[in-house]
Formats: sequence, C-alpha cells, structure tokens
Amino acid sequence: MKEMYFDAVVIGGGAAGMAAAQELDQAGFSCAIIEREEQLGGILTQCIHNGFGLIEFKEELTGPEFAERVEERLQGTTIRIFTATTVMEMETTADPKLLYCYSAQWGILRLSCRLVVLAMGCRERNRGNIRIPGDRPAGVYTAGLAQRLVNIEGYVPGKDIVIIGSGDIGLIMARRMSWVGCKVHAVVEILPYPSGLTRNIVQCLNDFDIPLYLSHLTTNIIGRDRVEGVEITPIENGALMHEKAFTIPCDTVLLSVGLVPENELSKVAGVELNPMTNGPQVDSMLMTNVPGVFACGNVLHVHDLVDYVVEESRRAGASAAQWLKGRRPQHEARLKVGANVRYVAPGRVDLQADNKIYLRSLIVKNDALLEVKVNSRVVKSQKKSHIQPSEMIELHLSPKDLEAAIGAPDPLVEIAIN
Amino acid sequence: MHGGSDIFDVCIVGAGVSGANIARRLSAYDLKVVLVDKEADVSFGVSKANSGIVHGGFHHNKKYLKARLELQGAMMFERLRQELDFPFKRCGIVVAAMHEDEMRAIEQLYMQGVDNGVIGIEMCSRDRIMELEPKLNPDTVGGLWVPGGGIVEPYRFVFSLVENAISNGVVLQTTFAVSAGLRDGDAWRVEAADGRSLQARYVVNAAGLYADQVSAIFGAEQFAIQPRKGEYYLLDRLTKARPDRVVFPVPTSVSKGMLVIPTVEGTVLIGPTAESATDKRDLATTRAQLDKILSSARAMIPAISEYDVITSFAGLRPILDEDFYIAMSAKVPNLVQVAGIQSPGLTASPAIGEYVKDLLKKAGLKLSEKPEYDPFVVKRPHVKELSPYEVDELVAQDPAWANMVCRCEKVSEAEIVAAVRAGHTTLDGVKYFTRAQMGRCQGGFCTYKIIKIIMRETGLSWDQVSKNGDRSRILKDTL
Repeated sequence: MKEMYFDAVVIGGGAAGMAAAQELDQAGFSCAIIEREEQLGGILTQCIHNGFGLIEFKEELTGPEFAERVEERLQGTTIRIFTATTVMEMETTADPKLLYCYSAQWGILRLSCRLVVLAMGCRERNRGNIRIPGDRPAGVYTAGLAQRLVNIEGYVPGKDIVIIGSGDIGLIMARRMSWVGCKVHAVVEILPYPSGLTRNIVQCLNDFDIPLYLSHLTTNIIGRDRVEGVEITPIENGALMHEKAFTIPCDTVLLSVGLVPENELSKVAGVELNPMTNGPQVDSMLMTNVPGVFACGNVLHVHDLVDYVVEESRRAGASAAQWLKGRRPQHEARLKVGANVRYVAPGRVDLQADNKIYLRSLIVKNDALLEVKVNSRVVKSQKKSHIQPSEMIELHLSPKDLEAAIGAPDPLVEIAIN
Repeated sequence: MHGGSDIFDVCIVGAGVSGANIARRLSAYDLKVVLVDKEADVSFGVSKANSGIVHGGFHHNKKYLKARLELQGAMMFERLRQELDFPFKRCGIVVAAMHEDEMRAIEQLYMQGVDNGVIGIEMCSRDRIMELEPKLNPDTVGGLWVPGGGIVEPYRFVFSLVENAISNGVVLQTTFAVSAGLRDGDAWRVEAADGRSLQARYVVNAAGLYADQVSAIFGAEQFAIQPRKGEYYLLDRLTKARPDRVVFPVPTSVSKGMLVIPTVEGTVLIGPTAESATDKRDLATTRAQLDKILSSARAMIPAISEYDVITSFAGLRPILDEDFYIAMSAKVPNLVQVAGIQSPGLTASPAIGEYVKDLLKKAGLKLSEKPEYDPFVVKRPHVKELSPYEVDELVAQDPAWANMVCRCEKVSEAEIVAAVRAGHTTLDGVKYFTRAQMGRCQGGFCTYKIIKIIMRETGLSWDQVSKNGDRSRILKDTL
C-alpha cells in the first residue's frame, strides 16, 4: 500500500475536478486528482458533437476539445493525476482526512489530506427509476451508454430506435444515430414541453424529421429477447388515454430521462444532501456540512452547460484554497426557495462578498419576474423574457443587494419567480 | 469405469435449483452424470427470479411432501453455505397482522408451525413484533416470529451447486433443448434441438416450467404446468425502508402474499404478485401489478418509497398441483419426475436432492461413494467485502483486483474475469454471478466494460455477445 499526503484531493477528473484542482494548485497547495476512467475529461470525452465552450473559451468546441483545453491548463502545474483509480473508502471527519483508492496501476493508495473536493459528476436515470413496465429484453440502453458504444467503442447498439425522454443526451443521440444510418422513429416525452435545450430540438430532431411526442408516456416495452416495440399512451388533461395507445416497432430503446448527481461517496463521507438537487447542501464557499469537504459541478446540481460547471468549479477551488488559508465566512444568510423555484445552489450567501447563484424554475413562463427578498422585503428584481425548468438561471447578489440582512438575527434571503 | 461406454448413468434435464441440487448430490457417488439445460447458463429459468427465501416451515401442513421437504431442506442451509460459499443469512421471518381479525390466522399458522416442529416460533404482541421489526407500520396489531427463516441469493446458490458438481465430475451442457427422448436398449437416448445427443440409463425431469413438455417428450405422464407470474420491485440499498427481517403479510388461500425482503446483498425486494399467465416466456411487468406491490408493501412498511426503486422484474412459478410431484414415472422406465416445484421449492431443494437420490437408489441405481468427492468450492474473494489491506494482498498476485469495473456494487475486473472463466459468458450470467450491473445505475456505466472483458476472455466477436443467450444480442453493427 502506497501512502501519500496532499493538501487537497479532488475526486473526479472531469471538467469540474480539473478546474477546481487548477485553482488549488495556483494558490500553492499540493493537489491530486483521482479519476476512475482511464483518461481525464469525464463524460466530455464521448460528447463528440459541438456546442461546448461558447462562454468559457468564446468559441464553439466539441466535448473532447473542451476537455483538452481544460486539461491543457494543468500543464506546468504540480497536480498529481491518478487515472483508472477509484476512491473506495473515505474518512472525512478525521484530521487528516483519509482516502483509500484502488487502481490496477498503483495498487492500493492511502491518501491523507486536509481537504476534499467532490467532483464526481452525475449519472443517468434508468428504466427502473421511471418504472417503465413490460418485458426486459436486450436493446434497452441509457442514451449515455449508447453514446459511449457508438462514439468511443465503435459499435452500433441498434438500427430502429425510439428515444424515451427529451433530455439533451437523448436529442444528441437522435441525431448521432441518424448519422450512422439508423432510423430514429420517435422521441417520447411525458411533459408537455421538451426537457432539453431548444437548440437541440431544432438541430437534432427538426433537421432530421424525427417526431417528438410531447405529453406521451411509455407504457410498455415489448420483446422477449430483443426489443420489438414500445407502447406509447397519450396524456390528456393529466389522464392516460389508454384507448389512444399505440405501438412503435423498434429494436432499440434509448433512455434520456434525467441525470442524478452521483453522491454515493458523499453519503459515505457524511455529507448532507439537498432533496431537491440530490446534491450536497453547501454554504457560500461551496463547502458541505462536513468541514473541509467541498462540492462543485454536476455532483452539486446538474448543470445545462459545461461552461457553467467550469465557472462554478473554479469558484469552489478558489474558496477551498481560501479555506486552507483560514478564511471562514463571517456573515452568511440562508437562501430560501420561494414561489415557482425548484432549487437554488448554493444554499447560503455571504453578505460581505459577491455571490453567484444558480437556480431552476418549476414553471415555463414568458415575461417572468425574478425577485429576491431579504426577511420578506424585496431587495432586487429582474425581468426574464422566458424561463423554463430545463434552462438554469444565473443570479448575482452583491453586498449592496444584501445590506438589509446585515445585523439581522438569522437573516433569510428568499428567491421567487412571479 | 462404467462399462467403458459413453453412456451416462443419469441425465438431469433442467439446471435450476432442483436439478443443480440433484446433480451435486449425485456427484458424491461413482456415477457419470450429465446436467443439461436449454438456456445459455444455469439458473436462467424459475430459479433466477423468485423471493430468495428460506421459508420458516409454518405455511404448509406436513401432510404435504412439499412441507416435509421444506422442513428438511431449511435445516441444510448452514452446512451448504459452509461448503458452497453463497450468500445466505438466517435473519428470521415476521408475519405482520394489520387487523385484529388477522390474529386468528396468525394463531393457525402458529399452531401449524408448532405441529411441524418449527424451532423458536412465537406469537407476538404488538410491542414484541415492533421490537423485532421497528420499521413495521405502527398500526400493526401483532404477529408471528419465526427466527429460523432466512434469505438466500438463489442464482448464486445454483451457480455454486453446479460449480461444485462440475468439479466432482458432472458434465454440464447448456443450450441443450431436449427435443427427443427415446428408449435405446436399456438406456435413454436424449436428443437436443441442435443435433447433439447423449445416452443415459436414468433421466431426471427437473425442467421447471417445461416439465410437462419434457415428460411428454419421454412418453411419460401427461400433465400441464401452469405459469403463475410474480412481479417484483428492487429497491436501492440506500433506502431507509430496509427491514431487518423478512416481512410477510397474513397469507391468502392462493399465495403467501407480497413480502418485504431485505436481501443478503443489502437491497430490498418487494413482491411478488400472483397472477395466472398463459405464456411460459411472459416475464413482462405491468403497471397495475407494480402499483399493487407498492401499496401492499407500504401497508406493512410505510417508509417504502417509489423513488428508491432501481428495477422491476417478474418470475414465473411452475404450478402443477397443491403439492410437489416427485416420483418415478409409472409409465416409462427409469425416469424421475420432479415437477410443480413452486414455493417453497428453493427452501426444499437440498432435500429434493436427497429425495431424488433415494428414489434412484430404490430404482436400482448403484450408489458407491467416491473417495475423492470434495464438497467444498474454492472461496472467491469479493472486493466489496474486503478491507483495503486485504485487497492490497490480492493486488500483489493480480492487479485486476484493484481495477473497479462496477462502481455501484463494487466489483473488480478480477471478479468479472473469474465469472467469465467459470462459464458465465452472457451479460446476465456475469450480472448474477458478480452483481455487476445490478446496482443503482443498472449497467449504465459498466456494460461496455463487461462486453469488452467477455470478448477478450472468450474470443467471442462483438455480434455474439448477448444479454442471456443467442436471441438477445447486444450490438447490431460496427461503425
């Protein structure tokens, strides 16, 4: 067993982990990245389509290019990178914190450190999570697995495809499978509006004449050995119209029914989760309830764009470095989810610093009003021409916005959409 | 040597839990035994999808053969686990009464259990039952406690039995779908649909759902196996609703009811339903039945949440009569019928092995103990159960022990390779053997890695890798 010490260990070598590690390194702290796959970059490595980087790099990149750019920034740093290495056990309440990592190349690593950054990303919800009944044949895959098979392994999992869920990966895969000569017969979405970005509906479905069935539920998967079809039932006024159910013949079902932050390790570390995001509850420094354990990227909440992941993770890395130097927030206020807001991240704001907050709405609305209240008094409001649950909203709160909270006992900042 | 011929002494048709127990029991003797199954792997029929319960011996009157075999079989599991290293735990069974009028049924079960000689069976007050299982609905009025009941991973049990049988000389032939059974001199000629054939002096029909068809193929008794479907939900191991005991409702006349089962591996299984099916390959789940499971399970354990569901599946029970049908055929020579092995078949199966061995002996099969018989399988380490220091020692022999393939169930490459080398060459076979793909991501992350390991270890090409046999190929093309 090899033993090593680092000031900070970052778990996950995707965009989030790399960005956080870079900040820690720049601040002069020794840092390691533990990545379970064989290369850095996380899920970006299989996202060979473009559309990445418009904010972070001011140009349009593919996923692998974006990952490469972020990785290039690590050149010249002293960050120690362990790929094909999995964190199996963690003791985070001890000082120093201990991590046991398994790797075929390194064997068992026992790392001690003062600080841990959780950056494990997210995983796809699957058939069981959404409880689609029916047969259990071969040919039912998550969209991400299909993407891996096609883009990296070079295998085509099926020829006649139905995609369940209109999440972005599903839409991207609709186009990808069309390009490799497959017939995508339908994208089926339970909600009355698509879950993915509008640009993906246009570029991945409309351009390929792929029908999108909104307000339709997949009620059965048919096929004893290999998928033979899926049964789709329309929803009208909240009720399933069983008499209008129909079957689409296909040999493959791809599921794009949402992403969940992957917090199995966080739970082991004693980190409290927010039931709305399924990610850790974090303070204004992006630190969890366990001192010295930070979280950023899709493990914290699922982002729309990797550009936002990198931005947030840089903040997490920088504030983690500050924490190592002894900074603790002096005046924080709790953030409260108000009307029509699904979640806000982080869960606290620093009254003496500039805060960036990401939130998601529960509703689709034009000309919406984003309102910030401090102890029930409106301190800031912003007009939003269009909001929808699938598009994350960014909000800045300055010390000036929040000055009403200074001095108040247990101040509460509420964010609502009207 | 057996007359120097290629004739097997015994051919067992069906490598489910009955056939596997019979094969393993017979492997202790100086016999040539062949175990055949129509599927790509063993335990792919009734034995793969059931409740995985070692029953408590109180559900059935001992006038039935199935009750006597259940009582005998249940006692054999400690020793079997010692020898065969499969997941088994005597966590105990509680039967929860939700209304005062159900306490009469509890009393009858208690009396039946006492009459059957069940050790430690106890009628419980509300306080006592809540103490035994604090997750129960606070409205529970009382119940039954049976400390001898337990849980087992059924396919792992079958895999271990077959592995041990093979190491003691039994021959296994998978994808052997019996298509003809003819008398050939004083032996049977058993033919498969793909043209393979073999000869055996005795045949054991342990073909589960298809025991009726196999019986007909051999010209033996006419009977019909009715499939009865049972649907299940599997809950994530992180659920807050995991009980410490197997929780039964008060049974109905047709079934033991829907249970809440804390599996040995840490997940929670709820179900099964009991619905007549018409098709023996119909393993489809239905929304209506699945909803029934959730509401029934929640009545007993209110903390059960649909958000904890990671998958659903269905199994089929092979229903014949009220009782098991285990007997020498009265119609054709040297054929043993092992049919209608529904619940408590898994519990009874070790005793079925003994019982069939005795039937064969009475029918003239010569049993002489084999001095080299070894009842133990080589224990396989599981990374999930080891400390980092223990894994460190394994890594010194093979670095693949530290290459984690399945993150949810913590399965290393070395364990996947061992599964494939033990003959489990389909994705489902690897899944049942190692648990990889069985956790909360249901294979989303590890499937492609397992496909590559199967190809590397077996030499199969990409288009030959399947979920559970030839007709369930995974990939359709290359780029």
